Amino acid sequence: MPTFVRTDKCDGCKGQDKTACMYICPHDLMKLDKDGSETGHAMKAYNQEPEQCWECYSCVKICPQQAIECRHYADVVPLGGSVQPLRGTDSIMWTIKFRNGTMKRFKFPIRTTPEGSIDPYGGKPEADMSKIEDNMFFVQHNGYRAGDPSELICK
Amino acid sequence: MAEFGNPDVIEEEIDILLIGGGMACCGTAYELPRWIEASGENVTVKLVDKAAMDRSGAVAQGLSAINTYIGDEQDPADYARMVSNDLMGITRDDLAYDLGRHVDESVHLFEEWGLPIWKTDENGERFDGSKGMPSLADGGKPVRSGKWQIMINGESYKWIVAEAAKKALGMENIEERIFIVKLINDKNDPSRIAGAVGFSTRNHTIHVYTAKAILLAAGGCVNIFRPRSVGEGTGRAWYPVWNAGSTYTMAAEAGAELTLMENRFVPTRFKDGYGPVGAWFLLFKAQATNAFGEKYMVRNKEMLDDYPPYGQAAVPASCLRNHLMLKEMKEGRGPIYMDTVTALANLRETLSPREVKHLEAEAWEDFLDMCVGQCGVWVGENIEPEKKNSELMPTEPYLLGSHSGCCGIWCSGPTDVGAPTTEGLGEGIPEHLPSGWNWGYRGMTTVSGLFTAGDGVGASGHKFSSGSHAEGRMCAKSMLKYVLDNKDFKPELDTSVEDLVEAVYKPVRTFLEHKDYTTAIDVNPHYITPKMFQFRLQKIMDEYVAGCATYYQTNAEMMKVAGEKLDMMKEDAEKMRAKDLHELLRAWENFHRLVTAEAHLKHIEFRQESRYPGFYYRTDKNFVDEENWHCFVNSIYDKETKKWTCFKRAHVDLVDKSKLFK
Ligand SMILES: Cc1cc2nc3c(=O)[nH]c(=O)nc-3n(C[C@H](O)[C@H](O)[C@H](O)COP(=O)(O)OP(=O)(O)OC[C@H]3O[C@@H](n4cnc5c(N)ncnc54)[C@H](O)[C@@H]3O)c2cc1C
Ligand code: SF4
Ligand code: SF4
Repeated sequence: MPTFVRTDKCDGCKGQDKTACMYICPHDLMKLDKDGSETGHAMKAYNQEPEQCWECYSCVKICPQQAIECRHYADVVPLGGSVQPLRGTDSIMWTIKFRNGTMKRFKFPIRTTPEGSIDPYGGKPEADMSKIEDNMFFVQHNGYRAGDPSELICK
Repeated sequence: MAEFGNPDVIEEEIDILLIGGGMACCGTAYELPRWIEASGENVTVKLVDKAAMDRSGAVAQGLSAINTYIGDEQDPADYARMVSNDLMGITRDDLAYDLGRHVDESVHLFEEWGLPIWKTDENGERFDGSKGMPSLADGGKPVRSGKWQIMINGESYKWIVAEAAKKALGMENIEERIFIVKLINDKNDPSRIAGAVGFSTRNHTIHVYTAKAILLAAGGCVNIFRPRSVGEGTGRAWYPVWNAGSTYTMAAEAGAELTLMENRFVPTRFKDGYGPVGAWFLLFKAQATNAFGEKYMVRNKEMLDDYPPYGQAAVPASCLRNHLMLKEMKEGRGPIYMDTVTALANLRETLSPREVKHLEAEAWEDFLDMCVGQCGVWVGENIEPEKKNSELMPTEPYLLGSHSGCCGIWCSGPTDVGAPTTEGLGEGIPEHLPSGWNWGYRGMTTVSGLFTAGDGVGASGHKFSSGSHAEGRMCAKSMLKYVLDNKDFKPELDTSVEDLVEAVYKPVRTFLEHKDYTTAIDVNPHYITPKMFQFRLQKIMDEYVAGCATYYQTNAEMMKVAGEKLDMMKEDAEKMRAKDLHELLRAWENFHRLVTAEAHLKHIEFRQESRYPGFYYRTDKNFVDEENWHCFVNSIYDKETKKWTCFKRAHVDLVDKSKLFK
């Protein structure tokens, strides 16, 4: 169920040494064909092992040119449908086209804080070394469930 | 300049090495720096991941639910009971209970960091997580899609969790695209860990790490069985194809005790796309039927009585639900359908048009957030769930310890929940192994200094994304304690750096040496490509070790044949080739798959019963034998002789399970 890269849209991430799709693919599938010797299309990316693609859409979502799409796997799925996202900073838009032409559009939130804004320890207490062997983490968020001790048979 | 076949070697000494950048290691990366800071000591940490943390591991694509959230209305003991029953009675209550105490802390952090969590208002109407309703920590009411699950808008789940982890640990302490091949024991004390070796899939570099403590959390194992789709769709496995059993194999080779490696998970999912079914069953109240519209859970209900008490809980064990479905398939009453049409029609009767529109979006989002491939199947086949039902299918088997499976590594648990400190079943347990369930630091394996979390921890299960994160945080504390307690210990690698480099690069050397012997690069008597190696493994496991081909059935003779075939595969593993760095990655992934597969085989062979009917059947021992086999099956591996030793460990209940059946 592999991704493909459109020749008319991919710009090889403008010749940077790390393309976005190569950076992100968890399975090391996307590859930049620098001299065109692998695909006939120099400075464009391609999926080097399509039958290993999980279709996780990580590369599709990150490509700055929207050059990557999925052609659902040919040994199983009839041709003609497409599922394409546009991922913004706080939401994602999906355009869904059925084989019979039916279209659907959905928009879902993806995060409630600006990207890059997490301040991991901001406003949080320091860890207390005297508690390193105790239960609980360095910071409490009202989520520790101490449990009813009478539930434990052997205690 | 380093080039293919002539790598640079980079040696690094640190105190704590984290292997993997998934949910578990992200938890550790968040918790650890704070404690190090408080200790006032200069403790160095490095995290390595074979992929990019923003989208690595099982949560790469996102998720539509957090499957473990206890809430303030349930007790950790209730959770431990559920875990136990779903896994046919043999789990470590100490581990599950401890996870249940801690897990919500991580969920509350995720929400603070920006993960949208669905809420209900006082009228029970559902709202997605972008609406300004109180957070869970402030008493907001989550949308439950089951007793333990809560719904999220989780497309960016991993992205958010990784952002916090990266900032906490600092990018200077993180290296991505490093694949770890082996752990290394200590030269002077083989029962201790001393380091690890791996390579970069981007540069021609081999990395040798020396460390006092290591967290091995490289996920579960996918693709040891022939998948149902074998063409372009091979990659559309249910669990992510990139989790290749590295956790189990590297731990076993380092001498760590494994547990319940006979357990597997065979999820029933939407056919071909592997789309999740949980929200359909639990949130949309859909039913599964055979071809004639009969509900097999009702039709075959009496089959549950064959497996007391696990079949008689309000929610029968997952494997037994498969067991009831498989009867329909085997007797020719397939296909099995999820009746989405009736479910959505029923919901329409009670909801306003606005809510119906929201409901349709929810159904699609369930897939779009975590399994876009299922939408691909739907659009290609013109399936609109309100108009046409979808097929269900049990998948090929997966090995994992954090989802609905419990294979993994035997770990030291908490000391305050009444867990045994001596061993009930002495016989056959190798002497050097500890007794009881807490012999050391929380989360430590039976190898000193080697810790694990998430899919690595065996005999628990159902921790999912949130629980894996929490477990990683627990290990942060105990690893730091271990390092501080072992200040004067200086790890020394038991293998020379030259030998390590040669071992890791062997597939490359093999290729370079023999590549010109034939005209066709892939067909050569001197080597095997990683791809063919994987096909061979999958064929053996599928046909002999209870894969789809035999409806998940095996027997002693079939396993004997499989064992012989795997022995030869181990010999041929020495001849795996790598024509580039990408193939070197595949070569080692497949080696990790092989050893994990072998552990699975040896454990099923040892356990003289069929503990998980619906996941696998031994046709020669087709029963659950509570009298003799209500116990853990554990094993250790000897990397020199390449042999497994399996043995029993006693099972003890720490919470009262009878409450499930009242
Ligand atoms: C299809 C699917 C659906 C799921 N649904 C849900 C759900 O709805 N709700 C929920 O809460 N949970 C769900 N889960 C479970 C959840 O994703 C896991 O429990 C969790 O991710 C496990 O965490 P982990 O850290 O053990 O492994 P992972 O998160 O998988 O991380 C493993 C890490 O190890 C790295 N790695 C692997 N091998 C090596 C190596 N040799 N060297 C270096 N790095 C390596 C990987 O790149 C990755 O970073 C689902 C999982 C899947 C796959
Ligand atoms: S991310 Fe997009 S533009 Fe960049 S190389 Fe990949 S396909 Fe081309
Ligand atoms: S969809 Fe996922 S697995 Fe496939 S190429 Fe893109 S990032 Fe890789």
